[in-house]
Amino acid sequence: MSSSILKLTAANVAKDLRLEWRSRDVLNSMLFFAVLVVVIFSFAFDPTAEESRRMAGGLFWVAFLFSTVVALNQSWARELRNGVLDAYRVSPSAPESLFFGKCLGNFIFVAVLECIMVPLFVLFYNLSSVGPLWQLAVVLFLGTWALVINGTFFAAMSIRTRNRELMLPLLLLPISIPAVLTMVGATTGVLTGESSPVPQIKFLAVYCVVFTTVCFLLFETVLNAE
Amino acid sequence: MELDAGRFYVLRGENGAGKSTLMRIIAGLSQPTQGEVRIFGMKNREALDRLGYMAHAPLVYDELSGMENLRFFAQLYGIASDAPLDEAMRRVGLDPKLTRRVGQYSQGMRQRLSVARAIFHSPSLVLLDEPFSNVDPESANQIAQLLADMRSFGTTILLITHQLGLLANIADEFLFLSAGQLVSRSPVPQVQA
Repeated sequence: MSSSILKLTAANVAKDLRLEWRSRDVLNSMLFFAVLVVVIFSFAFDPTAEESRRMAGGLFWVAFLFSTVVALNQSWARELRNGVLDAYRVSPSAPESLFFGKCLGNFIFVAVLECIMVPLFVLFYNLSSVGPLWQLAVVLFLGTWALVINGTFFAAMSIRTRNRELMLPLLLLPISIPAVLTMVGATTGVLTGESSPVPQIKFLAVYCVVFTTVCFLLFETVLNAE
Repeated sequence: MELDAGRFYVLRGENGAGKSTLMRIIAGLSQPTQGEVRIFGMKNREALDRLGYMAHAPLVYDELSGMENLRFFAQLYGIASDAPLDEAMRRVGLDPKLTRRVGQYSQGMRQRLSVARAIFHSPSLVLLDEPFSNVDPESANQIAQLLADMRSFGTTILLITHQLGLLANIADEFLFLSAGQLVSRSPVPQVQA
């Protein structure tokens, strides 16, 4: 990646963070949704510590998957307001820098949400991990990137459709199923300590590399599609 | 259709004649059904650094100030200095030190910022879609003078407007468009002082 693409990616991330700091559109909607899921499920079930460890992985990733969808729709919507995306398209800058800037920005938003939500999960579900926590951190990192890279790409694809809020989950969820199943399996493996998450971590790493490459190669076509 | 470099063209036609669509095609934002666009001998996507484009929409972020917007877009053109941005803001009658966010600007101020965004990188070809709409007469004259200056320095200008009075003695040629076709071209009548 050339230095100019890296510079422009950094400029895009800085711009997205500044816009979010001033509007708080993305974080507020994500946080509201995720807290709702945690609280409602904690009222609906009354699990023991062992049951919590078994179900937390699924619950955790479902909350983040849907929160990410909310965030992705918002993050591209701000590029459509006032037609700003057209200003980007008529500039000589590399489209990849816009894409990676958006991905990194969305990754930061989801990571911030995770930092807030993980303690809440621990609190509401009385969670304690049997397996090593660093493995959970790796699963969180790769899982979040897997959701964000595909989500950012498909959100860009659905950005000009009339029902984009509906279109994004329709496109994103099927392609994310292998990653989500792996994330849930790996998280449950770490929390219960019953199985090693290493094979799942390897699968997630390959998944991230493949989809990052494919999305990177196809983004310019998606950006300029009318 | 062929346009000469360094001239000032005004695109005219009824609503729906295809004026804005033609602008988008030249800017590379829409694809033509047939033919191709070449700018200074290059494909339009290869000449983007020499192109300035202003659309109906302001193409700026509401949450940023005018200068913050220009600084972001300047990075896309590899411009690191504030000097050309300050100058562009002043030339359209906006204060570069204004910290107010664009969302709090009046329509006319947004329009002027939009013109500044289209010209800060000193493009060789400027496409302007209704730059005088929602702008007060004084500011409209200021923008017209700015365009006249740019034309005198050799910038090619293609502009859509219904306020033709502002362009007397500035513009060179009218291009009349109807149903997506160029139907005629004529010199702009010059007004004697």
